[in-house]
Formats: sequence, C-alpha cells, structure tokens
Amino acid sequence: MSASEVSEREQRILGIIETARGKQAKFRDEQINMAHGAGGKATQSLIEGLLAPAFDNATLNEMGDAGSLNVNGVGLAMTTDSYVVKPLRFPGGSIGELAVNGTVNDLSVAGARPLALSLSLILEEGLSADELRGEVKAIAQAAAGAGVEIIAGDTKVVERGHADGMYICTTGIGARDPRAQLSPAGLRPGDRILLSGSIGEHGTAIMLARNEFELDAEIESDTRSLWPVADALLEAAGPSLRCMRDATRGGVASVLNELARSSSVAMIVREGDVPVRPEVAGAAEILGIDPMYVANEGKLVAFVGAGEADEALRALRSVPGCEQAAEIGEVRTEPPGMVLVQTSFGGRRVMDQLVGDPLPRIC
Amino acid sequence: MKFVDEFRDAELGRALAGEILSLVEPGRHYKFMEVCGGHTHSIYKYGVDDLLPANVELVHGPGCPVCVIPMGRVDDGIAVAHHDGVIFTCFGDMMRVPGSEGSLLEAKAAGADIRMVYSPLDALRIARDNPEREVVFFAIGFETTAPSTALTLKRARMEGLRNFSVMCSHVTIVPPLRALLESPDLRLDGFIGPGHVSTIVGARPFEFIPADYGKPVAIAGFEPLDILQAIVMILEQLRDGRCEVENEYKRVVPYEGNLKALEVMAEVFELRPHFEWRGLGFISHSGLRLSDDYADFDAERRFSVPGVRVADPKACQCGEVLKGVIKPWECKVFGTGCTPERPIGTCMVSSEGACAAYYNYGRFAREREVV
Repeated sequence: MSASEVSEREQRILGIIETARGKQAKFRDEQINMAHGAGGKATQSLIEGLLAPAFDNATLNEMGDAGSLNVNGVGLAMTTDSYVVKPLRFPGGSIGELAVNGTVNDLSVAGARPLALSLSLILEEGLSADELRGEVKAIAQAAAGAGVEIIAGDTKVVERGHADGMYICTTGIGARDPRAQLSPAGLRPGDRILLSGSIGEHGTAIMLARNEFELDAEIESDTRSLWPVADALLEAAGPSLRCMRDATRGGVASVLNELARSSSVAMIVREGDVPVRPEVAGAAEILGIDPMYVANEGKLVAFVGAGEADEALRALRSVPGCEQAAEIGEVRTEPPGMVLVQTSFGGRRVMDQLVGDPLPRIC
Repeated sequence: MKFVDEFRDAELGRALAGEILSLVEPGRHYKFMEVCGGHTHSIYKYGVDDLLPANVELVHGPGCPVCVIPMGRVDDGIAVAHHDGVIFTCFGDMMRVPGSEGSLLEAKAAGADIRMVYSPLDALRIARDNPEREVVFFAIGFETTAPSTALTLKRARMEGLRNFSVMCSHVTIVPPLRALLESPDLRLDGFIGPGHVSTIVGARPFEFIPADYGKPVAIAGFEPLDILQAIVMILEQLRDGRCEVENEYKRVVPYEGNLKALEVMAEVFELRPHFEWRGLGFISHSGLRLSDDYADFDAERRFSVPGVRVADPKACQCGEVLKGVIKPWECKVFGTGCTPERPIGTCMVSSEGACAAYYNYGRFAREREVV
C-alpha cells in the first residue's frame, strides 16, 4: 500500500466508520462516570442521547450556547451553568468569578448582550465565612465588570462531605444583538477560523493549583467576560460572522469537532498558528496533554467568511487582552464532520473529540 | 521550548525525508517496526508517515504498556479495588481498559475508591496521608516505569509504611520481541528500537536481533526528527549490508543502560516464570513480581485476587495488531464494534495503542486532498 494513497478496502472501512460516527449518539451506560462530565464524546452521548430527546424542541435542538426566545417582539437569550471547581481559588481567579464570566460568555458567543444573572449557592457545612465572603465579593466584582446585575438568587446548605466547599449555579438573560446572525449549522467552506488568544491557560492553572504534579509555573486562569470580544467581532464582520463558541471544557478541539458535525463541514487547523504560551506548552509537554483539549475560560473561536476575516482579526486584536488573536485555519468540505491538523512538522492528522478527560500518558 | 523544538524542525524533517528517498531502492518494499508505543504516538501526532516515501511502511509493535495488559489482570485490579478500606491507585491510561466486567472507571462509578496518579510516589503520599486505609498501586509498564516503582517500594520500606502495597504487572521488553521474531507470519526489515526502555536497559539487550535474526536496529528518541533519523540509519545498514544495533538516541541512552536503575530493579523484583500478554498469550520470563524480600508489599499476597485467566473477546484482534501482522483498520471490529468510546481491545484505549492512534489521528490523514 502506498503511503500517499489509501487502498479501496481501507477507504471502505473508513466509510463505514464515518456512517457510524454520524449517527446520533446513544446513551447506553449503566451509570454516570467522570467521563460524562468532561465535555467529550461521553458528554455528547448524555446530551444527545438522553436529554435533548426528552425535552425535544426547536430551540434546544439547535444546541447553541444559549437558547433564544421572543417576548413581545424582543429577542432574548437564556443560558445556565453550574460551577464545581476544585480548588475554589486558583491563580488568576476563583469559582465566583468563573460563575459570572462563564454564563456571561455563553450569552456573548450566542450573540446576546448579557443583562442579568440569577445566582444559586450550594454551600457545604463547615465552609469558612471568610472564604464565602471572598467569593461573594468576587461575584459582585465580576458582575460589575461584565455589566450585569444579579437579580435573583437562592441558597442551600448541604452536609459536610456533600460539596467541595461550594457549588454555584448561575442563569443568565441577554438581549439578542440585531447584528448577530449566528448558527452552529451556518459554517460554509472557505470560512476562516479565528481564535481570540492563547489557549490552555485555565485548565493548566487548575491542574497546577491542585498540586498533583509538583510542577511550578506562573500560569493564570484566563477567566474574563467575552462580551467586548463578541461585540468587536459583530461590529467588524456583521452577517459574515457565522458562529462563535467559547472554548471551555474539552478545549478548542471539542468546539471545532462539534461545529464540524453540526455544519457537516471539514476543518483544517494549522497547528503552528495556534497561540500557546511557552509555560502552557511546557506543562502540557511534561504531562503528555495536548493544549487543544485543555479548558479555557476567556477564549472564543469565531468562524468568519473569507472576505471579512482580515478585518475581523484586526478588530479582535484591538480588544484589550486579545493581542494574541490569530487565524488558525479554515473550513473545507471533505471529509464532512472531521477536523484535520496540519502539523508544524509538515504532516497531517485527525483531531478527534476525546471520550473523557485528557489522560496523561505513562511514559 | 528549548531542547524540544530543535527536534521538530520542519525544514530538517524535509531534508531527512529527502535522504530517506535517496536511500530506498525503487521497487523494494520496506517494513520497519517501531517497538514502542511512544513512537507510534509521535508518528501519528506529527504526521511522520506523510514524509515517508510510498514504499516505506511503519508497523506498530507491542511496546504500549497499557495495550499488553490482559483482561484477567484488570479483573484482579478491580477485585482488589472493591476490598473494604482500599484506595486503589493507577495511571490514567489504565482507567478505561476493559476487563471482563467493565473498566476501573466503571468500578469507580460503582463505588470503589480508585484514584488516578501520575507517579507511584503520589500513591505513596496517599498512603502516608491515609494511615487508616490500605493503598494499592497498580504498577504497569516496561523497564521504563519499573525503576520508579522499585524506588517507591524502597522508600515505603524505609519509612515503615504498613498500609502500602503494589500490584505488580511490570513487563520486560526482550521476551515479547523474541516471541515476535519467532512468529512465522512476520516479515520485517528492521526495528526502530524503544528509546525510553533503552535509557534503563541500554543498547546491549537488543544485540540478539541482528545477531540471531539478521535484522538491523536503530534505537530512537521520540521527536519526529529522531524517528526519521533512525529510519535513515536502518536504510544505510541495509544499503551497506551491515546489521547491527545503532543508537540514534545517544543524548539519553548509554550503551550499558542505567546501572543504578537496573540494580534497584534487581533488588525489588524477580522474573515471573511466565506472564500473560494481551493477544500474545503466555510468554515465559516476561513479567516481574516483587521479590520475596518485598513480599510484605505485594498486593497479590495481601489481598485475595481471583487470578482467573479471561480469554480475549473472540472478535478482538489485538494480538495480530500488536505483532504488526494486521493494520488496525484490518481488524474485524475496528471503528465499529471497537471505538475509543467503547473499546473491546486495549489497543483502542491508550493514545499509544496502535488502534487508538490510528482512529484518533490517522484516519483520513493521508488520503484525498481536502479542498
């Protein structure tokens, strides 16, 4: 068999696999395990195989970061998220800050200006009042920074051992921006893929803060509100902005895979153009983890028509904190649903979705 | 990254690819086995295949520590993990390896206290922090990881830790290679020798490959340039009619290996009379267990384990894949019955496994120009 062409048999088998992959994910597990929470294929099977069919409706089925609804002719967007991070405080942020920014960002990438949040606190018996005060302050500051008000809330206390200090749920409401014509199914061949900055910082900061590796590096979480970023892109690209996603759990790789599937397109990513800070690259190298799969809390991926891509990138780079923004690849046609990587070394490979958490390699 | 990026230089890669092209005889097909799973991972990750001429084929060998663990061994691990008061620790890659009734990840969801660690020393720390619990470390891997298990055991004894034990599933590299070379259905022109294992055992143990079987060996590092350079070295041997063990990875691998590490291993471990390998069956003197001197730390002696041999699932062709007899996609269940989400065989679990590497990275990489 030649290395540059593939035998007919292999081709046929690859075809069968693609058909199998294209089918809606089924939820067949007997119990929930940690992989279901990691944002990869197991999470997808839970959402597409159990939740979406149960609540079947047009808005939900779009699988956007926020659902949209019209109230008396006003377009609104709504989203919700829970935050269960350990440790509660980490370099560059804390659970409270995440709980505001994460929900604000889901609204922002759906093309909605964040207006207000609800806040639900689940507190563990024994949590120190000072720690709680610190988080309340962090929430207030992050909300002020993102221009949203906390307009409703709830508190519950659970027995010791039932929560890692505290869990937070926030629900956000935003006003759909008239400039936004975004859809996860709207990607077209030729579109450019833009990334708002360097990747992998949040996930790496958390891993190091847990002190499991005894690695020391100055890496801070990138948690921030993405509304100024989304705003700049909407202004620069208007209807040519096809879709945005914040690359949280599962990283940039998972976002690209989800959208390649929902738009039935292929993508090619130029590995060398993806900004990664040297500290993150170093930690990832040591742990045998690919930064493309590591969580971010303040980075978005945007798909822009080729004609407006340069303008959009310029606008992106002018947003404070997005100086590292880059065009990292483009949308193609074949094979649909697949993300390919042009490696810096000159080869090519597939970048698939992970099943669960990225597992450090042994040796 | 210093000392890493230099070995990923695309221009140097193209130069080596040119050299390889000039060394191959037109019309001859070359089949080289990369023994180590780390190489398999690198080859796919960087797309090294794309730089090779059509008639140079890389075959993925048995050197993936997770892939060679048989189902019965996973079952034993899960049985220990379910013992009252046990904290069972293992490397992340092991978590999804299927036993006959599920994986460690599923056992964890069912209530067993199973924790992922990054080094056996982490397991030791857990033992220190939880004196009322029994902490077991599931030790797997070739000579690469065995010394760190050995050192951990020495430290456990020094500290007098009574609640720490090891379920030893370490294996050695030479016996499976010999078994492979004895296999009649194998046709290989040379070996890319395992870099990490060789940092411990040195180059000497591989001398039997050219001496007894007439196949050239080049021990290689794990960066893409290392692998291309090793292929150049093997092709040069073939061109010159030489047949020997060469060392591309001199910056790390000394000919004699790491004598200190070998000494520690000899103190803590002894060879099992035979050990079962996933897909390859029983291979004599291929596995390690704790020596009598360290019997107190042996989880298999401390806990009752079923120790039942579980036949590999019928559909699974991991053995043929590990021997390089078939390509991953030629397996009957590849990508349909067996996927990274629901692996039947171990080769589909670890990113070093040939099947997972091909499924995750390789598919579509080489074919139709994408427009």
